[in-house]
Amino acid sequence: MITLAHYIVLGAVLFCIAVAGLFINRKNVIVLLMSIELMLLAVNMNFVAFSRFLGDVSGQVFVFFILTVAAAEAAIGLAILVLLFRTRSTINIADIDSMKG
Amino acid sequence: MNPQLLQVICFYAFGFVTVAAALSVITLKNSVHAVLALVLTFFSAACLWLLLEAEFLALALIVVYVGAVMVLFLFVVMMLDIDQEKMREGFVKFLPIGLFVAAIMLAEMLGLIGVRAMQAHVMGADPAVAAGVSNTAWLGRALYTSFLLPFEIAALILTVGIVAAVALTLRERRDARYESASQQVKADPNRRVRIVKMAAVRPDESTETQEPQP
Repeated sequence: MITLAHYIVLGAVLFCIAVAGLFINRKNVIVLLMSIELMLLAVNMNFVAFSRFLGDVSGQVFVFFILTVAAAEAAIGLAILVLLFRTRSTINIADIDSMKG
Repeated sequence: MNPQLLQVICFYAFGFVTVAAALSVITLKNSVHAVLALVLTFFSAACLWLLLEAEFLALALIVVYVGAVMVLFLFVVMMLDIDQEKMREGFVKFLPIGLFVAAIMLAEMLGLIGVRAMQAHVMGADPAVAAGVSNTAWLGRALYTSFLLPFEIAALILTVGIVAAVALTLRERRDARYESASQQVKADPNRRVRIVKMAAVRPDESTETQEPQP
């Protein structure tokens, strides 16, 4: 019998994998973007599971909006990445330090 | 076979594939392989959503995410010439701290949400079927009634995304000739064309047959 716990645990595991990905791939912007996509997927998993188990449509509607915003975010992020590579010839985070943050 | 047992088996199979693919996204050396692993992650997540009878979102995930966003990722990854070895710098150095943070976070999350309490929630009847409609109709009715304004804002966000992506990557070429739209709009028609009014003239027979004099 599938319970809510199954999906919540899976979402938590996916989210933690994404967090680990942010830590260990801090040089590669593309993998960082993909880790963010994984996080959003984990959140969506929780929303869909709660929506189904509690019988409320709002969760699934929210997943719809998260997918929209994530698509826009990926498009703009990749555009920035292309622009960065065109001007600096690198996407290594270690080389992008002109703002001295 | 017992359908509920089959559901659990499917859940564990798809869940295992999802977690394994997510792990390979963050560990694979080649970025192209990582994107393909991400595609597999999304695909098996869509299968898990199908198990929850969220058909519309599962198919939207495959069509929109795997079909569009991930292909965009693939395009960009293949277009950029990336030094794979240099990108891996610090991977071993940050591996312990990454795993440590992830493990602590997982333990905290699982402790916080109370897995045992969640196990009491057993999957009941599909709320869409209980309402007598399909999942898509169930979702669409909410989307076009109570969530109409957020839905339109989502459309606006997508438009802004398109404009921003085009504006960011648009490159002006010096050696090409462009038409200036603002100058074209500002052009005064009176300076381009002069309309002359004149009376209609009936062609005369003598002038019609007359040969033009050299």
